[in-house]
Amino acid sequence: MAEPTKAVSKALPGKHTKRKNILGFMWKYRALYFISLPGLLFFGLFKYVPLMGSVIAFQNYNLFAGVTQSPWVGLEHFERMFQHYDFLKILRNTLLLGTYDILFAFTAPIVLALLLNEVRQVVYKKIVQTIFYAPHFLSWVIVSGIFVGILSPSSGIVNVMLGWFGMEPIYFLGEDSYIRSVLVGSGLWRDVGWGTIIYLAALAGINPDLYEASDIDGAGRWRQTLSITLPALLPVITILFLLKIGDFMDYGFERVFVFQNPLNIQSSEILDTYIYKAGLQQLQYSYATAIGVFKSVVGLFLISIANTISKKATGESLY
Amino acid sequence: MKYDSAGRKLFLVCNYIILTFLALTMLFPFLNVIAQSFSSPGAIDRGEVMFWPVEFTFAYYQHVFNDVSIWRAFGISVYITVFGTFINLAATASLAYPLSRPEYVGRKTIMIIILMTMIFTAPLIPQFILMRELNLVNTLWSLMLPTAISAFNLFVLRTFFTQIPNELIDSSRIDGCSEVRTLWSIVLPLSKPALATVGIFYSVTNWNKYMDALYYINDRAKYPLQVKLRELLVNEGLTDTGNLAFEASSQSVQGIQMAVILVATVPIILLYPFLQRFFIHGMMIGSIKE
Repeated sequence: MAEPTKAVSKALPGKHTKRKNILGFMWKYRALYFISLPGLLFFGLFKYVPLMGSVIAFQNYNLFAGVTQSPWVGLEHFERMFQHYDFLKILRNTLLLGTYDILFAFTAPIVLALLLNEVRQVVYKKIVQTIFYAPHFLSWVIVSGIFVGILSPSSGIVNVMLGWFGMEPIYFLGEDSYIRSVLVGSGLWRDVGWGTIIYLAALAGINPDLYEASDIDGAGRWRQTLSITLPALLPVITILFLLKIGDFMDYGFERVFVFQNPLNIQSSEILDTYIYKAGLQQLQYSYATAIGVFKSVVGLFLISIANTISKKATGESLY
Repeated sequence: MKYDSAGRKLFLVCNYIILTFLALTMLFPFLNVIAQSFSSPGAIDRGEVMFWPVEFTFAYYQHVFNDVSIWRAFGISVYITVFGTFINLAATASLAYPLSRPEYVGRKTIMIIILMTMIFTAPLIPQFILMRELNLVNTLWSLMLPTAISAFNLFVLRTFFTQIPNELIDSSRIDGCSEVRTLWSIVLPLSKPALATVGIFYSVTNWNKYMDALYYINDRAKYPLQVKLRELLVNEGLTDTGNLAFEASSQSVQGIQMAVILVATVPIILLYPFLQRFFIHGMMIGSIKE
């Protein structure tokens, strides 16, 4: 699209005919535009309309008055949000989970991919990979069901095993101090294998000559990993890291909500679950939207900072 | 690798041990769930069940199979998976095709506009209000329409369509095919692997759908399986199943829960061989940066 437009602005005298040409060209292929209509309508209606609807964060939204008639209140809901006695705690929970997610869930697939890459036996590798990828396809509801089962203080296999070492059963889901570990652990169980796929592909793309040459130069395996493998993975790691930073505040509603109970809520309430409760259960529409907007703005801020730093430091960037 | 030093051998042995240990860690929870779903309540409660059923029983499955509400939820999930995936594919392909053709003026701009929706997602409440205004709340459409196109899958399919040579499409146009006909008879048959990949991504998402149903469906008769499952897992659903004759004591609850987990997982397990064949391929196309 860029080329014809530039051509139009440069060739001023023939502007009129050129534009006519483009319109004629578009008319010739009008069927293409027709086919694309439902899809474009979808993005307009289901993605951009609600995005515009975020303005109700600055209103006292009333279902009957609608967006046009509801009174504007400025930043009232944002002020209320920061004054809420639980807000800082919820924000802290969200940030902590985001941090753990980067520390463990982001790094684990890289390590696992490096280990898998060392395996030479094809059949063994296939079997192990099949097992590693499988949990990714289970819903969070099922994952929580499985974890509640194996972590149960009376019959759960984990506590039975702890008992072998003479330890008292632990009620993992009933205590604030364990819930974050359970959340991060269940996430690792489900997605660590899945996360390796993209790294394994990048590893497969490394030129084997590099390893052979360094063999001749006498480099050990560890040295090769540091000097060949990791630098080759760096662009992929950087891009995925940037995407992860963009999702820093989006730990995920489902995966937390399904593990919540009144005993662990102090540590497991995050912005997403709080928005659901404040918005859909307590019907504080504008207030819940304000929290959502706050979350998006922070996310956007984080991703642009990370992108700028990465562009300067490694040359890799999202945009 | 002409020779292996002692240190290298040690590393390889450790590597196999670590990977096998991790794979078993992945597997054990599954095995434990299966074993518990076939074990007597007493054995489960005493913590005797590890990876093999103790005091074999089929009672939990009988309970699950006799529960009409579970079957209804199962049916609804099958419906939104089959019909929903059909909508997904139709909508995604019909947008991916024009965006893959150089004749479509403005495709770069549209792609950027779509890409933006991956970064800026609308907050929950405006989405909910939109669904209310469209009268979609409490209908199964609410589980299919708002997720009709995922930007990621759209880009996967578009990338695949771009690789179809333009000459092929031009020649079908010269032969008098309309664009719809070209898409249907030339492009789609050539793209079967990509359609399978994207279709599988969509169907897993549809089958696992929980959050949207929690937001938009209040009518218990319209609960999909994941919501019903969740209800059973937090013990709410056990008493209103009309199956009080079964001794739904606190002891047997765990076994029933494990049985329901398995019933909900079986379709995924059946699909898994196909899943595995396609998803790696799909991940690769999707991650190509342009």
